[in-house]
Amino acid sequence: TTSPSTGDTSTLRHRRTVPTSSETLQTLSEDRRSQTAELDDTQSSNGTSAHFSPGGHFSQDPQSSRVVLMLVAGLCFATRLYKITEPPHVCWDETHFGKMGSYYINRTFFFDVHPPLAKMLIGLAGYMTGYDGTFPFGKPGDKYEHHNYWGMRGLCAVLGSFLPIFAYVIVQDLSRSYTAALITATLLIFDTGCITISQYILLDPILLFFIMAAVLSMVKFNLQRFRPFTSYWWLWLVLTGVNLAGALGVKFVGLFVILLVGLNTVWDLWRILGDLSLSLVEISKHFLARVVGLILVPLFLYVTIFAVHFVVLNKSGPGDGFFSSAFQSRLIGNNLHNASMPEYLAYGSTITVKNLRIAGGYLHSHWHLYPEGVGARQQQVTAYLHKDYNNVWLVHKQDNNASDLVRHGDIIRLEHKETTRNLHGHLHEAPLTKKHFQVTGYGINGTGDTNDLWQVEVCGGQKGDVVKVLRSKIRFLHRATGCVLYSSGKTLPKWGWEQVEVTCSPYLKETPSSQWNIEDHINPKLPNISLSVLKPHFLEILLESHIVMIRGNSGLKPKDNEMNSKPWHWPINYQGLRFSGVNDTEYRVYLLGNPVVWWMNLASLGLYPIMVAVASITLQRGFSLEHSLVLMREGGLLLLGWLLHYAPFYTMGRVLYFHHYFPAMLFSSMLTGITFDVLLKSTDLLLRPPYSDWLQRLGQMVLLFSVLYSFYLFHPLSYGMTGPLAHEPGSAMAGQKWMDSWEF
Amino acid sequence: VSVMLQLPLVVTTQVDLVLVLVSLLAFWTRLSRLSSPNAVVFDEVYYGQFVSLYMKRVFFIDDSGPPLGHMIMALGAYLGEFDGNFVWNRIGAEYPSSVSVWSLRLLPAVCGALCVPLVYLLTLELKFCHLSALGASALLLLENSLIVQSRFMLLESLLIFFVLVALLSYLKFHNHPNSWFRYCWLLLSGASCAAAVGVKYMGVFSYLLLVGVASLHTWNLIGDRTLSVCVQCVCRAVCLLVVPVLLYVFWFYLHLTLLHRSGPHDQLMSSAFQASLEGGLSRITQGQPLDVSYGSQVTLRSSASQPIPCWLHSHKANYPIRYENGRGSSHQQQVTCYPFKDVNNWWIIKDAGRQELVVSSPPRPVRHGDVIQLVHGMTSRFLNSHDVAAPMSPHSQEVSGYIDFNVSMAAQNLWRVDISNREAESESWKTIMSEVRLVHVNTSAVLKLSGVSLPDWGFRQLEVVAEKLFKAHSSSLGWTVEEHRYGTSQEQKEREAELHSPTHIDVDRKMSFWAKFLELQWKMLTVKQEDSEHKYSSSPLEWITMETNIAYWLHSSTNAQIHLIGNPVSWGVAHLSLLAYQLLAAVYLLRRRRGLKDLPDGVWAQFVCLGCVCVGGWLVNFVPFLLMEKTLFLYHYLPALCYLHLLSPALLEHTHTHLLRYTHTHSPLVTLVQLSASQLQALKWRDSWDILYRRR
Repeated sequence: TTSPSTGDTSTLRHRRTVPTSSETLQTLSEDRRSQTAELDDTQSSNGTSAHFSPGGHFSQDPQSSRVVLMLVAGLCFATRLYKITEPPHVCWDETHFGKMGSYYINRTFFFDVHPPLAKMLIGLAGYMTGYDGTFPFGKPGDKYEHHNYWGMRGLCAVLGSFLPIFAYVIVQDLSRSYTAALITATLLIFDTGCITISQYILLDPILLFFIMAAVLSMVKFNLQRFRPFTSYWWLWLVLTGVNLAGALGVKFVGLFVILLVGLNTVWDLWRILGDLSLSLVEISKHFLARVVGLILVPLFLYVTIFAVHFVVLNKSGPGDGFFSSAFQSRLIGNNLHNASMPEYLAYGSTITVKNLRIAGGYLHSHWHLYPEGVGARQQQVTAYLHKDYNNVWLVHKQDNNASDLVRHGDIIRLEHKETTRNLHGHLHEAPLTKKHFQVTGYGINGTGDTNDLWQVEVCGGQKGDVVKVLRSKIRFLHRATGCVLYSSGKTLPKWGWEQVEVTCSPYLKETPSSQWNIEDHINPKLPNISLSVLKPHFLEILLESHIVMIRGNSGLKPKDNEMNSKPWHWPINYQGLRFSGVNDTEYRVYLLGNPVVWWMNLASLGLYPIMVAVASITLQRGFSLEHSLVLMREGGLLLLGWLLHYAPFYTMGRVLYFHHYFPAMLFSSMLTGITFDVLLKSTDLLLRPPYSDWLQRLGQMVLLFSVLYSFYLFHPLSYGMTGPLAHEPGSAMAGQKWMDSWEF
Repeated sequence: VSVMLQLPLVVTTQVDLVLVLVSLLAFWTRLSRLSSPNAVVFDEVYYGQFVSLYMKRVFFIDDSGPPLGHMIMALGAYLGEFDGNFVWNRIGAEYPSSVSVWSLRLLPAVCGALCVPLVYLLTLELKFCHLSALGASALLLLENSLIVQSRFMLLESLLIFFVLVALLSYLKFHNHPNSWFRYCWLLLSGASCAAAVGVKYMGVFSYLLLVGVASLHTWNLIGDRTLSVCVQCVCRAVCLLVVPVLLYVFWFYLHLTLLHRSGPHDQLMSSAFQASLEGGLSRITQGQPLDVSYGSQVTLRSSASQPIPCWLHSHKANYPIRYENGRGSSHQQQVTCYPFKDVNNWWIIKDAGRQELVVSSPPRPVRHGDVIQLVHGMTSRFLNSHDVAAPMSPHSQEVSGYIDFNVSMAAQNLWRVDISNREAESESWKTIMSEVRLVHVNTSAVLKLSGVSLPDWGFRQLEVVAEKLFKAHSSSLGWTVEEHRYGTSQEQKEREAELHSPTHIDVDRKMSFWAKFLELQWKMLTVKQEDSEHKYSSSPLEWITMETNIAYWLHSSTNAQIHLIGNPVSWGVAHLSLLAYQLLAAVYLLRRRRGLKDLPDGVWAQFVCLGCVCVGGWLVNFVPFLLMEKTLFLYHYLPALCYLHLLSPALLEHTHTHLLRYTHTHSPLVTLVQLSASQLQALKWRDSWDILYRRR
């Protein structure tokens, strides 16, 4: 080969010649072999200094690898637990999740769009460390004072500390390279974003913990592939399943890691199926084992989490209105718990009407008109999920007010108690569902016109049947147009206070959206009868709570004025999140990734496809570069993980935040570890042995020190800063506002 | 060669009569009585406006797709000598006799008719027999929805036509490995891809499919180590990647060349773009002085196009002392943003150190970083901001025209000029080209259009605020000088008269094609119309079961009407065959994985190719709609449906030749197919003819 003169020109020349001649390649790889042997020698004489530099080569003896692992773990815990109690006030979403932890301690029912596991763990951690659940978590900035909050933060920080350790082991198992693993661990340990997000009472550290644990178990399980049905094989299989259930039990984002494991399993089964030495019986054994480990076990655990959730939360609380009447009757303190009210709907009664669609809401009206251009300018009628005095309606007979029972086929008028308008329908387009008609409040003091008349119909009933409170499904047919009162489930814009649209549907098919039940019923003239409402079955509750959660999730639409984070902002670290403090006198914490780490990840995402393209084209043309298999197969797995945790956000309509990127960021960092490691090791394609080795070492050192130095620069973001803002003179962070969009 | 010269030159042509027959039928179904109904049908009301605008050469933006489809329809109108004088305002309006309806609808109909023979050829190119080809073309021929969609001024038939041409020519290229002529096919394929994308963005899906198939083939080619493949790879990349992009840009070049007059959509574009249009802003801005100087009279247009383009404005009305929610204001003169041209939009640039409001000689241009005052032309109030909450956005500062109420509220009317595009343009403030931010000197807040409408006391104009905490790249912070003249009158009365007079005129500002192209493309992709549900809109999953139809037209007095609805039989067959293919493919794959090869390699390759093209085509044209949030209609499904019609007969043939071979039963269906097969075989060769040319 050519002589290794100085500079880049020779490297360029080299690159061009190498892949075309297999002869060169052979000599090169021989060179390498002798060179690694040399290296190992120098390594053992080098001894202790190797521990300090993650860039160095480690011989694979268990002693030193254990020391490195301990070092990584120590650094993780030190960085995450440092200043854990600062600031001593509520930060950002702690106001939600801390509050929900308290609800578990108080056993009060609440509604949240995420599954309950993380909040249960937070509650448990608080309970174990002596927090009594009395702190109100009113709004960000409230001082904790004497309340014991460190336990809840500590749990999150400890779980968050495991992330770099898991990443280290995953990368090490995948690539069999200590340098790759150490690069990954360095990136994650010194990333300010990962530190910040682990230090507060949030769902994310718990979610990330389960995601990484699932990936780790999956990788370990893959390693056992040649020893099927041994105890370790079973252990990792079941652990994968357990962690999947954990991830899904924290947030629905856990679905993405389930998808990753699923794809990996399908690939694995496809490989087994192609192995003609295995009989069909053995293949079905493999298949069934995975069904048990990866489907049945997680499903069971997931359901158990919800069972615990429902058993623990047995008191009425702020989330009741989101659920059906039957669900509410379970909760102690709810007015439907051991309810007592007139059994049959009567004229003159005061009622609330609830839509039967899950999370359908109460029929509602208020002192606001439909805006101009949206049908007739009359009073709005909506469906509202919370209990409110504006949900109350009076039942009137068509003409007089005699107290008598309402029967199937009767024609009634519903008067809104607060505003004395009648429920009214007419032939105008509904605001959102253009195929339906608009429903309004009309008339004064109960006098209106013939468009206020509705015919009551008990589903499955006959003429003359009475309407049972809570138990009858009823429909309201508009007398004049023949349409049926309907809740479309679409959220109205700002003018409708983001409540749910109510329309009159000309399609008379019986769907839950057009069916209603009477929930509260007050009539002083009739005797109250204790109702033992049908207790709902556990599976019904489970299903209902899921549909409510999914509805709630898709209902989180971005507001017009709010600053909105876009998915493309995330990988470039465009904009962070203010965790605490705005003014220069306050203690400020700002969630932002360490820019050096994140931009390295970005670079490796660009570099990786190029390297894979080069490696696979050479492979297709019959030459094999040394690390191409690790790069393509294991790197591909991590790239897939990144894609699965990132790409779906582009299709989501809900409001997005910067912290949604963190699962993807972990995968991206692991990919960076492998990419940079292979890149540095490929220096031998360009330079002769001693020089290539120097280049490789140099690269590793540069990597390490740039990460360390940037951590030194940016650590106040995580550990808090006070004093003037960064764009003002005299700030500790002066000159570090590298992007105008950062707000510290 | 010598032998050839002795003989008369003989040209033998074989004509596939079946192909001719289906083509004739296709033309008959698509073209007969094309001008009835003589009224505007469905989306013609939408595309018709654009045809009229083309005829009048008036610029417009249509965010629904690129311009090629519109231009093809305009070509039909041009050939029919349509003058553009028709108001497309409602569906069902009768066309006057001056409008040649036939020629307006001709080109889409011809393209729709050509789809039928194309499908025939495509099936042959997928290596299935003539009978399957006939079946596929018959399915397409008798598909009601395609007939309806082709017969009016609509884009789908054009899109399907170009997609089919692209696929056919690519397969021709792939199936004839050893002729030089194949690169013409490849070029044609790339060009039709560009045309498909140019008609509707939906064409991108089919284009990606084709590129995917082509890269797979190229990948196999690279794997063939006996060849040197560089040239071939480059050829493919040029034909399928470079040529389509260039052609796509070319459609826009045509579009912008044709439309050079200003029109209704001008205001969506930047001032520079508008100035390049004939009769638009250029009428006003021609001859304006270029450098904004002290004493200049200017109108300042907000760079934000959301919610509506507007100009910085003030008028003789003050902020109310107390707002509805009880907060107080400074009670100084309102400053707003007003979406119409008005004499109250004029501001005068004043040097803080001098009294004059006229331009000195020579003019002293304002540069980046200079501190200025802005005087409202009609009321002489200074643009002012202070630490008072803005009316609608209480987190921002109020901006007002300063009135001294003697309440120890000093004027804070100094603004620093920050030219945000100074790297690209220049350091000094230029009319139209420079985008400036006005930074309040006392508080370093930036003048911003908040986009919120003021209530009645503010005449529903848009609120303007000064914002301290802002996003770095927000267009609502930028302002451009649009109208500009050098002020000459020192007295207020004279100045008012001067402001009322039209601006004087001289030079034209040119904008390069690339700048215009990029701006137009960006605006098309980002301008969002209000998405509201349509009476006939449907969701993608309803398409499979064909639950909704679309009423296209209803006669004003009788019950005559046109609906877009599929042929239920072919629709059902199409989806059944889709399901059948997937099941069959799954079974084959599993069995092959276990070492059981049911099909010989050639047949397997044919089967896979069929799946890639047809099932793949259906997938890429259907699945993306599941993720879309825009209003969708049944006609969005038609391209996907065409792929399925291609699939059904081929799958039937595959089943017949390779699956029923083992079972010796003759189901009635098969007998039927065989019968007609023999008849058609006889038809096929019978009428080929020879044409003789005699050389001298």
